[in-house]
Amino acid sequence: MMLRVDNLGVSIGSVRPLSGVSFNLGKGETVGIVGESGSGKSLTAMSVMGLLPLINGEITSGSINFDGTELTALSEAEYRLLRGGRIGLITQNPMTSLDPLKKIGPQIDVVARLHLGLGKRAARERTVELLGDLRISDPASIYHLYPHQMSGGMKQRIVIAMALAADPDLLIADEPTTALDVTVQAQIIRLLMDLVTDRNLSLLLITHDMSVVAQTCDKVVVMYAGTVVERGTVEAIFDSPHHPYTQALIGCIPRGLVGEMRLQGIDGTVPSVVHYPDGCRFHPRCSRAEDICATIVPELVETQNAAACHFANEET
Amino acid sequence: MIAAISNSGFGRAFSTPLGVIAGGFLILLVVVALFAPWITPFDIALQDLDNRNTAPAWPHLMGTDEFGRDVLSRVIYGARTSLSVSATAIGISVTVGMILGAAAGYFGGMFERAVMTVVDLTWSFPDILIALIFVAILGPGLTSTMFAIAIAYLAQFTRLTRAQIVRLKQETFVEATINLGASPIHIVFRHLLPNALAPVIVVAMLAIGDGIVLEATLGFFGLGAQPPTPSWGAMMSSGTAQLFIAPWVIILPGVAIAITVIAVNLFGDELVRALDIRDRLRGS
Amino acid sequence: MIIKYSIQRLLMIIPVSLSISVFIFLIVHMLPGDPIDNLIRVGSSPADRIALIAKYGLDQSLFKQYIIWIGRIFTGDFGDAIVLRRPVADLIGQNLPYSLQLGALAFAFSSIVGLILGITAWAARNSWVEQVVKGFILLGSTVPGFWLALLMILLFSVTLGWFPVSGAKTWSSIVLPVLTIGFGGIALVARVTRVALLDVAREDFITLLHAKGLSRPVILFRHLLPHALLPVVTILALRIGWILGGAVTVEFVFGRPGLGSLLIRALGQRDYPVVQGCLLMLALAVMLGTLIGDITQAAMDPRIREASK
Repeated sequence: MMLRVDNLGVSIGSVRPLSGVSFNLGKGETVGIVGESGSGKSLTAMSVMGLLPLINGEITSGSINFDGTELTALSEAEYRLLRGGRIGLITQNPMTSLDPLKKIGPQIDVVARLHLGLGKRAARERTVELLGDLRISDPASIYHLYPHQMSGGMKQRIVIAMALAADPDLLIADEPTTALDVTVQAQIIRLLMDLVTDRNLSLLLITHDMSVVAQTCDKVVVMYAGTVVERGTVEAIFDSPHHPYTQALIGCIPRGLVGEMRLQGIDGTVPSVVHYPDGCRFHPRCSRAEDICATIVPELVETQNAAACHFANEET
Repeated sequence: MIAAISNSGFGRAFSTPLGVIAGGFLILLVVVALFAPWITPFDIALQDLDNRNTAPAWPHLMGTDEFGRDVLSRVIYGARTSLSVSATAIGISVTVGMILGAAAGYFGGMFERAVMTVVDLTWSFPDILIALIFVAILGPGLTSTMFAIAIAYLAQFTRLTRAQIVRLKQETFVEATINLGASPIHIVFRHLLPNALAPVIVVAMLAIGDGIVLEATLGFFGLGAQPPTPSWGAMMSSGTAQLFIAPWVIILPGVAIAITVIAVNLFGDELVRALDIRDRLRGS
Repeated sequence: MIIKYSIQRLLMIIPVSLSISVFIFLIVHMLPGDPIDNLIRVGSSPADRIALIAKYGLDQSLFKQYIIWIGRIFTGDFGDAIVLRRPVADLIGQNLPYSLQLGALAFAFSSIVGLILGITAWAARNSWVEQVVKGFILLGSTVPGFWLALLMILLFSVTLGWFPVSGAKTWSSIVLPVLTIGFGGIALVARVTRVALLDVAREDFITLLHAKGLSRPVILFRHLLPHALLPVVTILALRIGWILGGAVTVEFVFGRPGLGSLLIRALGQRDYPVVQGCLLMLALAVMLGTLIGDITQAAMDPRIREASK
């Protein structure tokens, strides 16, 4: 098991944005974390990377086990060895993820030099080779460019390069295509999938786009308002989703011929972190809700998929 | 509009202990300055040659100067001068600055560039230098002091207002209003200026503080308010001769200035926090 | 690249400087009375007056007068001081080195100490250290310079006797003036540095830097500081004039020779040739400082160079 998150709870100040987050990621697997903005997906990624202090957050409960190592027990120095080394992060917005004052080549080199102990020359060769793998033409000249001289898609490849430079075991991609043009999105997704196969990576893919999940992931974790509401294999989730939220999310995927396409939305908005609803957090927007939903928090019920709903076992 | 502002942001500035102390002190200062003739224990021109250069003690709580005049009373009157001079000058500066800035931001193009270049220029000049230029032209006195203060801080208001206008011009609701046929003046006054008002008020406060220091500095050089008008700076200037015998003549008015300006700054910070306009003040 | 940018900025400075010179030139003409009286000693002979009129073309149009005046300036002729009866250029030449010395030292002192203080305050954020530095910054930004100078004299010269009260005879006489200007200068630099660091630290790319496993000191010195220095350099460039202003006051209070004390004395004595000369030099210094600041900025930030292509 590459990554095992168990009942993770996170606090920022007096607010508890995450609680009861649990899922597994096996070696070589691709797991997708899906949810709307504000569901806590990025926060989960930050927790795994140990970057919560940057936003004044801390892990208040649960455990994160990475390939046998308990991450919550690590010191900052130990964590730094893992970050960038065995765990790579691909951030959301390539436009702002690169240091604008430095050329991109050295920004990638530093990862290999730091974690693999390579010298300047060796690191540079490795970077150029890596850029080639990422389907960048003329990587040797690209090496000397500044970020503002590149397109969004190109910049995202640079970010991916930085994440891969030290041959990590686990890759975390936090909404890697959200900020890109639609045409570029497909390219990047395909690129990612090829990389995962070629290098036998374990990938934690965070997205709000169910269709991307359908194309790329082995397993799905559905998050809502800071907690996991359903999880299971992609086939099982798409075939028979048990949680009303999952059902609604799948229903939101535009389908059918142009003439008959119906856009469905989900009524209401994501609750604010400061005030999660009592009981099941989804109940105010749920068409299936009953009184019990407002008072008792549903546990993840082990059915074909694990779904946190009082009515999970009903026929859909 | 004014009622709305005072009920919301400004009131909130008093919600922290710091806000209360700083704001309270400022209000006290204004009151004291206003009611000076009734409050001062002694006549400021009254010389008491038997009691020259006495250290602070009852009844002269701040001591006496080389003519036996009560320092405390002179400090209180000095507050009047400083506050009124600075406030008036800044008032003028704000008005002119906002008009210039609004025009520059709204009309854009060469006009904007011209205005902003000139304004940025004055900004890079130390206020003391600008003041000295005006003194050179107009001669010493309160007039040149007020001109100096007004011009020295004009840049800030112009830049602030222009930045707000430029920002808001791009907002869709302004486009919509224009499309509905509103005239430029209506747009500027109804929509653009109210947003610019809050940061300008805060910066104006801070500028009044700086103006007080500038007035005192000029006074110290003998180039500001001329006798018999009491001025904090002038008091300290004439006190230099007694630096060794009667240091309080210099120290105490300076303390008054320092505390006033510190209070202005602290309250200004509280205002920024209360009105939540930190982002609009970037670059000032 | 940078050269091109520098030339661009230089070209922009020229019209600005000329405009200021016009303004300074007009001082003599805006005063009440005959301009000649402002340029010449009371009680001069008619022969002297005629000579002056000829020299400066005072019987011709304002425009021509300006041309003559600025022309002479370029050849180093700033006119003659009324009170001291010496070429203004001499007086300036005598006093300038002192001002330069004071200004340079004060600038260096403020920048270095201010940077260190600002970085420290940021690195120790949310601790008492930060509060102390913030308090110092507040004091430094608000306390009037001349009052601080007087306090310094009172404390260090009179009471403790460590430094001379005034003059510029010994090297130790520059300590208090530098400290006085430095007080405000450090406050400014520290404030801007600290705020700049706070701003940069919130940027997205910093998160990614941490994600790469880089250590805090490396992130601070190799990535945060270069970014934070940009606004610091900007502010410093703009506020170089401020340091000059501080120097003017300080020279006067400490009785140091320099352009500042020369100017203030001349203003009191209504010695306008000297006033004009000093103002010109000071204005020039401000312009130069701004120019250097601009160029330094462009050298540090590739985006600025891009934008001006």
